[in-house]
Amino acid sequence: MPKIVFDKVSKSYGSVEVLPPFDLTLEDSEFTVLVGPSGCGKSTTLRMLAGLETLSGGEIYFDDRPISKLDPKDRDLAMVFQDYALYPHMNIAKNMSFALRLAKASKSEIEEKVTRVATMLNIAHLLDRKPAELSGGQRQRVAMGRALVRDAGTFLFDEPLSNLDAKLRGKMRAELAEMRDTIDKNMVYVTHDQVEAMTLGDRIVVMSDGLIQQQGTPEELFKSPVNKFVAGFIGSPTMNFIDGALTEEKGVTWVRGDGFMLPLDADLGKRLQSAASKDVTVGIRPSSFVTDTDRGAAIELKVVVAEYLGAQSVLVTRCGDADVLVETQSTSPIRAGTIQTFGVLTDEIMIFDKASGLRL
Amino acid sequence: MQTANVNRLTPYLFLAPAAVIMAVALLYPIGYMVYASFLDWNPSQRIGEAEFVGLRNYINLLGDASFRESFWVTMKFAMVVVSLEMFLGVGLALLLDRNIRGMSVLRTLFILPMMIAPIVVGLMWRYMYHPTVGIFNRTLKSMGFDPIPWLSDGNWAFASVVIADVWQWTPFIFILSLAALQSLPQSAMEAAKIDGATGWQQIIHIKLPLMMPVLIVTLLLRLIDAFKVLEVILVLTNGGPGLSTEILSLRISRTASEFRELGEAAAMSNYLLILLMILTFAMFLYNKAVELRAARLRKAAEEDL
Repeated sequence: MPKIVFDKVSKSYGSVEVLPPFDLTLEDSEFTVLVGPSGCGKSTTLRMLAGLETLSGGEIYFDDRPISKLDPKDRDLAMVFQDYALYPHMNIAKNMSFALRLAKASKSEIEEKVTRVATMLNIAHLLDRKPAELSGGQRQRVAMGRALVRDAGTFLFDEPLSNLDAKLRGKMRAELAEMRDTIDKNMVYVTHDQVEAMTLGDRIVVMSDGLIQQQGTPEELFKSPVNKFVAGFIGSPTMNFIDGALTEEKGVTWVRGDGFMLPLDADLGKRLQSAASKDVTVGIRPSSFVTDTDRGAAIELKVVVAEYLGAQSVLVTRCGDADVLVETQSTSPIRAGTIQTFGVLTDEIMIFDKASGLRL
Repeated sequence: MQTANVNRLTPYLFLAPAAVIMAVALLYPIGYMVYASFLDWNPSQRIGEAEFVGLRNYINLLGDASFRESFWVTMKFAMVVVSLEMFLGVGLALLLDRNIRGMSVLRTLFILPMMIAPIVVGLMWRYMYHPTVGIFNRTLKSMGFDPIPWLSDGNWAFASVVIADVWQWTPFIFILSLAALQSLPQSAMEAAKIDGATGWQQIIHIKLPLMMPVLIVTLLLRLIDAFKVLEVILVLTNGGPGLSTEILSLRISRTASEFRELGEAAAMSNYLLILLMILTFAMFLYNKAVELRAARLRKAAEEDL
């Protein structure tokens, strides 16, 4: 279970640079999630770690050992692929034991390990079948099992749940979370789904356009994103962004925009004094709105659509020209077409520089 | 009601021209040949004048040492060339299945021999095998070796026709294997790499088993073709020296034109036809088995959702 260090690693295809040089450290026995929209370079990063792509520059170290010249098989890792990548001509037992058989493990050892993992993953009754005879969820388990029977130091997951339907995905996610706690290994997990990232990761690395935007615990990313991209990417429903301008009145910093004027917390106000530009983007999470106007600064919103989700409802509302999502309890039903006054929890408001997108 | 009937007939209406042409161009000659094989028929006679001899032609052939020799040469030829071609074709495909500059040009060059007319191939090789002015013997001579009797010695002649056939038909196996290789699931190959498979192990445990359905069909197609080969050998050796390269199709043509035994030639053709039908049937059975298996797997997967 080595500590994995990316040292100025970069990747180009011909003259196209997909990943400019970056540094990244994955601590020993950590579950790291690389998350970002498609094309952000997260899969490429994982594939370079796996040895399926060459590095264009820099070096990857396992502890202090450079590994970028090693074959995948010499890197002591196991990988779960997005499309499972099972061997179609081998039955499940053979699929799972392939690596062990190549490593010339003894028959009894192979059988013991395969049985143990298959039992753990609930696929013991499928060992004689071919991959084509399994459903998507079962194939997913086999792919997971094939990685687990190998006692590798590092496990790589390349969007392992994205081919499953929503219900199964939720179930497998929970099982993975459980597995994470019982297996003491390095795990590197790539996904575009921020829910997976938040629920599974000890640490999340948010990537966009080949750049690492921010890394930290799920809570850090949610509570103090460094820029507008991270703020918008983490959290569901996504954060609302509204253009506004900073003003000062009676010793309080206010942010004013089309159809709203909100006071900011003293701490935030102080920080904003040095802001170069008064043009900002206001970020408010849908969960920062309350129906009880006493608890926050008042804002008037025109409800356009009310999406009932069960215990919660998501309201699509309009503030000036901007769409604003509001998350409310369904116990106080709100009809579409009405104009409502909500309270905004001012300590949860985030202010971003309009030009650079950096959080102020 | 009326329209419904017409609609039901439409497909057969469209099939009819093709069916008629099939019957005239294929079934009629085959029927004619089968009938002829029961006759003692000289080319100077009309078919009606020929004497009906039942199975005599077939029985005579079984006892005919030259025919048996021919049959054996054909078998030997087909087995040797197809084995060599499979080995070389699949090997080349495994080697060239990669993206390097100029690969598309190289691939095109590799399949050129297949596009040359067999007669031309035969003539080309005959000049190259020529005992004094051919390129092989001239090269051997300039290097100080003795010339080789490429086409005048029985064993060498067999080897020579094998070389020419391998040269012409390896590309066929090469392109089919390459296509099979390139349609293999890439991620399974990557999984194998991570599972610790070396290049050889990937070939033996993953690539070849996954290519197997295509390889089997390729093998059978090539085998059927190899049994029917004629032109190249006709031009190169005309079956000689002795009977060393006299494959069945050559013997059939000689029986008909030189020995003027049309009935016997027809019976010989039928033996060859039966052999080829066994191969075709094997291919059909194999395809059927593959289909059945796929259907069974699909069904099992659906039941188990």
